[in-house]
Amino acid sequence: MSGADNPSPLATKVDAGAARKAGPVTETPLLAIRDLVVAFQADGHETVAVRNVSFTILEGQTVALVGESGSGKSTTAAAINRLLAENGRIMGGTVLFEGRDLARASQRELMKVRGAGIGLVPQDPSSNLNPVIRIGDQIAEVLIAHGRAKGKAAKLRAIELLEMVGITDAARRYRQYPHEFSGGMRQRVLIAIGLACRPKLLIADEPTSALDVTVQRTVLDQLDELTRQMGTAVLLITHNLALAAERADQILVMNRGEIVEAGNTREILENPQHEYTRKLLEAAPSLASASTAHQVVANNTARGSSAQAGGVGVAVPADGPSATGSLPPAGVRGDDLVVVKDLTKIFNSRGVGGKVFTAVDGVSFSIPRGQTVSLVGESGSGKSTTANLILGLETVSAGSIAFDGTQLTTLRRRELFRLRRRMQPVFQNPYASLDPRFTIEDTITEPFRVHNLGTPASRRESVRTLLDQVALPSTVAKRLPHELSGGQRQRVAIARALALSPELVVLDEAVSALDVLVQAQILELLAGLQRDLGLSYLFISHDLAVVRMISHSLHVMQAGRIVESGTPGEIFRNPQVEYTKELLAAIPGAGLSAVSAMGSAE
Amino acid sequence: MIGYTVRRLLQVIPVFLGTTFLIFTVVFALPGDPIDAMGGGRQHVSESVKNELRQRYNLEDPIVVQYGKYMVNLAQGDLGQDFQGREVSSIIAKNWPTSIALGLTAWVIQILIGIPLGIWAALRRGRLPDKFVAVLTTLAFAVPVFVVGYVAQILLGVEWGWFPVAGVKAGWPTAFILPASVLAIMGLAATARLTRTSLIENLNTDYVRTATAKGISRSRVVMNHALRNSLIPVVTFLGIEFGALMGGAIIIEGIFNLPGLGNEIFKAIGAQNGPTVVGISTLLVIVFLLVNLIVDLLYAYLDPRIRHA
Amino acid sequence: MLESTFDTGAHPTTAQLAGAASTAPGDGPSPGRPATGFARMIRRPRFWLPAGVIALLVMISLFPGPFASLFGNGDPRACDLANSGGEPSVGHPFGFDVQGCDLYANVIYGATPSITIGIVVTVSAMLLAIILGLLSGYYGGWFDTILGRITDVFYGFPFMVAAIVILTAIGVRNIATVCITLAVFSWPTMTRIMRSSVMSAKNMEYVRAAKALGASDWRILVIHILPNAIAPLVVLSSLSIGGIIAGEAGLTYLGVGLQPPSISWGLQLNTAQSYFNSNPHLLLYPSLFLSVTVLAFVLLGDAVRDALDPKLRK
Repeated sequence: MSGADNPSPLATKVDAGAARKAGPVTETPLLAIRDLVVAFQADGHETVAVRNVSFTILEGQTVALVGESGSGKSTTAAAINRLLAENGRIMGGTVLFEGRDLARASQRELMKVRGAGIGLVPQDPSSNLNPVIRIGDQIAEVLIAHGRAKGKAAKLRAIELLEMVGITDAARRYRQYPHEFSGGMRQRVLIAIGLACRPKLLIADEPTSALDVTVQRTVLDQLDELTRQMGTAVLLITHNLALAAERADQILVMNRGEIVEAGNTREILENPQHEYTRKLLEAAPSLASASTAHQVVANNTARGSSAQAGGVGVAVPADGPSATGSLPPAGVRGDDLVVVKDLTKIFNSRGVGGKVFTAVDGVSFSIPRGQTVSLVGESGSGKSTTANLILGLETVSAGSIAFDGTQLTTLRRRELFRLRRRMQPVFQNPYASLDPRFTIEDTITEPFRVHNLGTPASRRESVRTLLDQVALPSTVAKRLPHELSGGQRQRVAIARALALSPELVVLDEAVSALDVLVQAQILELLAGLQRDLGLSYLFISHDLAVVRMISHSLHVMQAGRIVESGTPGEIFRNPQVEYTKELLAAIPGAGLSAVSAMGSAE
Repeated sequence: MIGYTVRRLLQVIPVFLGTTFLIFTVVFALPGDPIDAMGGGRQHVSESVKNELRQRYNLEDPIVVQYGKYMVNLAQGDLGQDFQGREVSSIIAKNWPTSIALGLTAWVIQILIGIPLGIWAALRRGRLPDKFVAVLTTLAFAVPVFVVGYVAQILLGVEWGWFPVAGVKAGWPTAFILPASVLAIMGLAATARLTRTSLIENLNTDYVRTATAKGISRSRVVMNHALRNSLIPVVTFLGIEFGALMGGAIIIEGIFNLPGLGNEIFKAIGAQNGPTVVGISTLLVIVFLLVNLIVDLLYAYLDPRIRHA
Repeated sequence: MLESTFDTGAHPTTAQLAGAASTAPGDGPSPGRPATGFARMIRRPRFWLPAGVIALLVMISLFPGPFASLFGNGDPRACDLANSGGEPSVGHPFGFDVQGCDLYANVIYGATPSITIGIVVTVSAMLLAIILGLLSGYYGGWFDTILGRITDVFYGFPFMVAAIVILTAIGVRNIATVCITLAVFSWPTMTRIMRSSVMSAKNMEYVRAAKALGASDWRILVIHILPNAIAPLVVLSSLSIGGIIAGEAGLTYLGVGLQPPSISWGLQLNTAQSYFNSNPHLLLYPSLFLSVTVLAFVLLGDAVRDALDPKLRK
C-alpha cells in the first residue's frame, strides 16, 4: 500500500477540479480532501491514523468510505468537520469544503459550517442523543443555532422534520425523551438533526450498524430518499462493502490509514484492482456468499473424502442450487444429537406485580450429528435464550431437551456436570469471553481442571494440540488476552470449547463482532473442525448472509417462535413467510449479489 | 412516578424502624444507672423516688417494650422528657435553629465555590487550574477539620480579629461565616472533585460530540448538554450533604461554642441523658431519611430515564 | 453531622469519588495503547512518593524506638515538668509538651495507634465487604435484599453521634474498641461497591463459559469473579485509610477515643488546643504528622485509582 499503489484517478480528479475552476459550477467538487494526515497522541507516542488521504465529493453524490475497524475511515470523517478526539490532530493536508479549507478554519468559521453546511449522522443511536433533553428540542436546537427558525417556528419545523423522517404522531413525540424511542427511531431523529438545515454534505458514520437488519434497511431507504430530494451529497462510512455497493456512486476502500482503491461502484465490484479489495469482496458474506460457498464445498469434498473414509460424518455447508443437490451424508446415521421439543422460557420480572415475559415460546427443532443448525432472528427473538437453555445456563420453563437421548431438564447436578463435557459454547464478544487475568494456557486448560482430567504435563500437551487445531502458534500460550487480536481471542475461545472433545458446540453470535476478513477465516476454521472432528454446531446469528454460508438447516425465529425452517437453499430461493422475505430483502447488497457473482466468476 | 414514590416510601419504613431501634438499644445499654447518674450534686435521693423515676421512663420494661412505647409516643409527636424533666422537643426547638443556620451557610458555600471550581478544573483539564484544584481538594481531605477549625479560630478570630471568636451573639451571618466555612471545606472539596470528573466524563460522550456537530457554540455545548447531565450526581451528593449538615456538627459547634444540636447531643451523651440522645438521634435519622427520599425523587425528576422506569 | 465526612469510609463522598475517575476517561482512539496497570503505576512518582512516605510511617509505627532516639532522647515518658512547654532545643527538635516530655518522641510514638487503626479497620472492613459483596452480588435473592436494608440502616446513622454513643456504651476505650467502632461504619460502603462490581462481573461471557464448563460456584467466585471485581474496592479502601485515621483522631480529640496514658496524635491535639496561644508548636507537629499521613494515603488512593480504574481498562 505504498504511495505508488495509491490509485491515481483520485489525484487526477482533484487536479481536474482545481484546473477547471473556470468551468461550469457543477464540476467544482463540493468537498476536496488532499493529502490529509491525522495523528493521535497517546502516552507520548504519536500514531498516524490517516495517511495522505485524498478524494473529492461532487454535489449530490454519494461516496462510500469502506474499511475494517482501525482502517482510519471514521477518523477521516471526523477530521472533515474537525470533530477528532482531543488527542487527535490534523498534521497536514487540506479539507476544502465549498472552497474553504476546514483544516485551518477558526472555531467560529467551523461553527457556521457544522450543522448548516455539513450534517452528521453518527454511529450509535443509543449514545448520540442527550438523555435528559426532549427529542424535539434537540432538533430545534440546530435550526435556532443557524438562525433558520426561532421559538414557535422552530418547534413547528422540528415537528415537520420528525414527520419527514417517518415518525408518526410527531407533535406528541416532540415532547418525549430519547429513552422512549426505539433504536431505529432514534436513528431517524439523528437523521432529522443531520438534515435539519438542508446541508450540502451529510456525513453518515456507520449510520445503521447498531440496528437490526430490517430496521437498517428502512432507515437507509429513508436516508437515501431524503438526500436525493434535497440534493445532499453523502459521505457514507461503513465496514460493509455490500452496503456501500448498494448505496454509493463511488467507493473508496481504506486499509491501515490509506485509501487503497477508489472508483465507480460498478467498476470496483466487477473489476477490483487492489488485492485488499478483492479479499474484502471474497469475504463479504452477502456479496460473495455464493462463490465462497462453492469454494468451501469444493475444498470440503476434496479433503472431506478422507474424513468420510474414517467414518466421521462429513460436514458440507450446503448452499446454492448445486450444493443442495449433494446434501452431506451426515444424515446417513440418521440420528439427531439434540432434540428440542416445545421449549418455553418465561421470565418473571422481580417484585410485586412484575411483568411476565415469554422469551422462548414452544420451540421445537433437532440437531443431527455432524451438522450445523442455525437459529436466525433479530434482537429479542429468543435465539440466545434458546442457546442458554440448551447449555443449561437457564432453567427451562416448559418443554424438553434431549441430548443423545438423555433428558436435560430432569438431570441432577452431577449428571448435568458430566454431560457438560459433551457440549460447549463460544460466545460473541472476543473481548469479554476470556478472563483477562488468565493466560491463554490457563484459559484452555481450565476445562481439564474443572473436570479433573489429565496431569499438568498432559494438559500442556493438549494446549499445544488445541492451539494447533485453531491455527495459533504455541507461543501464545503464555500471553494474556489483551495481547491478542479479536480474531485470535475468538480462536482461543474455540480452543477452550474443544478441549473436552465435545460433540456439540453452541456458537452464539460467535463471528458477529469480527471484521469481515477475520470472520471469513473463523468460519472456514469452524467448517474445517466440523469436517475433521465430526462436530455438531448450533449456530446463533442475526446475519442471514453468514448463516447461509455455514448451515445445513436453519430456523428463522421471531418473538420467541420459529416461524420458518428449511435448508438455506430452500429459504433463500423460496421463502414462505413474510418475515423471512423481509429479512432476506434486508441483507445489504441482496440485489447486487448477481452482479458480484458474475464479477468473481470472471 | 407515583408508583416509584410509593415504593420508595415503603422502603423507608423498615430502615427507619431498624435505625431507631438500634439507636435505642445502644443508648439504653449505656453502662451505669442513669438514675443514679442524674442525681448529680444531690447525693441523697431516696430509693422510692428512684423507683418512681424508673417507672416514669419505663426503664423496668424489656427494651422492646420500651421501644414500642417510645414509638407510640413519637407517632403523637411526643419525644418525651429527659432525665432532668425537660421536654426533649423544647431542647430541640431551642438548639436546632443554630445548627440549621450553620448547616445551611456551609451548604451554600459548598455549592457556590465547589461547583465553579469543579467546572473550571474540568474545562482546563490537565492544565494549571486543574492541578491547582487537585492540590487544593487533596489538602482539604488531608488536614483534619478540627485542626483547620482551631487554627482558623486562633488566627482569623483571636489574632487578626476578622471574625467573632466564638458564640452566636453577633448573629447571622457574622457569627456563622467562619465556622460554616470550616465545616464546608471537606464537602466543598468533594463537590469540586465530583463536578470535575462528572463533567469530564460528559464532555467525552457521543451526544456532546453530536451537539458540537450541530454547529452550536462551545459554551452552549458545555452548559446545555454536558453540564446538565454532569450535575445529576452532584445534585444527589449535595442533597445527601444537606441532610447531613442539618443535623449539627459536633466538632465545629464545640470549637466555636455554638449552641447547636451537635453540642447538645455531645453533652447529653457525656451525661448519659438517654432520652435526649435518642430524641435528637431519631430526629437526625428522620431528617436524613426524608432528605434521601427527596434526593431520590429529585434524581428521578432530573433524569427522565428513571422517571419513566 | 458533617464530621461524618471525617470517616471518609462511611460516607458517600469517597464512594462517589472512588467511583469516578479523576483522570481523563476518554482516551479516544489511540491505537497501540499500552496496558494500564500495576507495572506502569509503580514507575510514577505519583505512586512511589506517597508509597515511600507510607512505608516510612509503617516502619515508624512498627519500631518507634530507634526513630524516636534519633536525637538522643527517645523515651516519650521521660518527662521533667521544668521543661513544660519548652521551645525546641538541641536534642529536642520539636521542644517539649505540657508535661515536659520530649514532643518529638511523643509524635513518633503517636504514629503507632493511627497507622494500626487505619490498616486494621480497612483490612477487616474490606474482608467483610468481599465476602458479603460476593455473596449478595452473585446470588442476589433474599440475602441481597436483607443485606441491602441493613446497609441502609447503617447509612441512616449519623456517624459521629453513633460512634460516640457506641464508644461511651462500651466504656473501654482502646485501640480494639476504636477499631470496632470505625469498622462498623466502614463496611457498608465497601460492601455496596463490591456488590455492584460483582454484579457486573458475573454477567461477563467468561463467567458464562465457566458455568457451561460445569465449574462450581466456589470456583467461579474465587477464581474468576473476585480477581476481576476487586479493583474498585481496592481503590475505595486505599482512599478511605486516610479518612479512618482522621476519624480516629477526631474521636480521640473529642475525648471518646483513645485515653491517656496511650500516646496518640489525637490526644496530643486535644491537649494542645488549650495551650495554643502560648505554645503553638504543640498543635503544629502532631497535626503536621497527622496531615502528612492522611495526605499520603489519599494520594496513594488516587494513584491506585488511576491505575485500576475500570473505565481505563476497556
